[in-house]
Amino acid sequence: MSEIIKVGIADINLVSPPNTIRTTGLGSCVGVILFDQVKKIAGMAHIMLPDSSLSKTPTLNEGKYADTAIKSLYDMLIKSGANGKGLKAKIAGGAQMFKFTSGSEMMRIGPRNVERVKEELSALKIPLLASDVGGSSGRTIEFNPENTLLTIKTVNAGTKVI
Amino acid sequence: MDFLKIKPIHLDVLREIGNIGAGHAATALSTMLNKAVDMKVPSVNVISFEEISEMVGGAENVVASVFLRIVGDAPGCMFFMLPVEQAEQLLEDLLVGQTVNLSNGDESDIALSALQEVGNILSGSYLTSFSDFTGLNLQPSVPATSIDMAGAILSFGLFEISAVSDYAIVIDTAFTDIERQDEVKGHFFLLPDPLSFSKIFHALGVPLDE
Repeated sequence: MSEIIKVGIADINLVSPPNTIRTTGLGSCVGVILFDQVKKIAGMAHIMLPDSSLSKTPTLNEGKYADTAIKSLYDMLIKSGANGKGLKAKIAGGAQMFKFTSGSEMMRIGPRNVERVKEELSALKIPLLASDVGGSSGRTIEFNPENTLLTIKTVNAGTKVI
Repeated sequence: MDFLKIKPIHLDVLREIGNIGAGHAATALSTMLNKAVDMKVPSVNVISFEEISEMVGGAENVVASVFLRIVGDAPGCMFFMLPVEQAEQLLEDLLVGQTVNLSNGDESDIALSALQEVGNILSGSYLTSFSDFTGLNLQPSVPATSIDMAGAILSFGLFEISAVSDYAIVIDTAFTDIERQDEVKGHFFLLPDPLSFSKIFHALGVPLDE
């Protein structure tokens, strides 16, 4: 029996076949999947904010920020036996759920998350194989580490696989 | 914002804001629809981000929503959310003689515009009474509408809070149709920014212990 591993908001989790990994209701948040196709191990992070310097808490929730979440997902995968040089990435999310005439910084959080995720990936030299970002639709995503396909469901724009 | 400093009296004060605000909004809705609308006792909860989505049926549940930012003395976010079928019914009651379809992305401009206006009127009356009650200067931004997954929509209201905490204080008031008490028509969510709480408590004479 395969099961679906859940990733909550600001959460990180790992998966290996036959299980799949899933996060629901991505708005301007970004879902980042790192995977090792040979070792068949993958992990997903559900990122809310671009940078941990925004944090005002005494203890840092690493899963919440693009910079810390990707590093800690990377470390978790290496610890579980993934090959750092063989890691690849797929990302989805970063939508703008609401359109406002006044473009304050907060309203651009989706695109900022995506930019920061891409910077972090290239800093770690992880190739980004596929992405489905932007737009104004919420997404639910599920990754299968067996065939490395990412299924993206939206309410208004149907389902696609990348 | 230290949640440990919040005492039962503070939650009571927030509940009263939800009570007065949503009470005025329910009256406005009732006038608009020309039928009785009932309101549940507001709940005030300190909850994790995951639990907020659970309040409206899970992160993937599709809802119609109107969102606005509150600007002024105590900034925050406000959502008016209702199940898609309830939103369609509400708009059909307003746009007499029209069939409203809000699902599958083929919603008409007039329906979206009407939804936005309903949200505007309701949140405007909520906010006016919130402002009168506290004496704080509060203004709504232009409202924005979205019909999408509840989790995706609500997370938008969490950015200010998420830098400070993994929990949010949510003031939730549910509406029901007076003829069908068990059926929830919609929710009002008020999510003050973390720094706004001390201002609200101070304005109402119950400051947090420093």
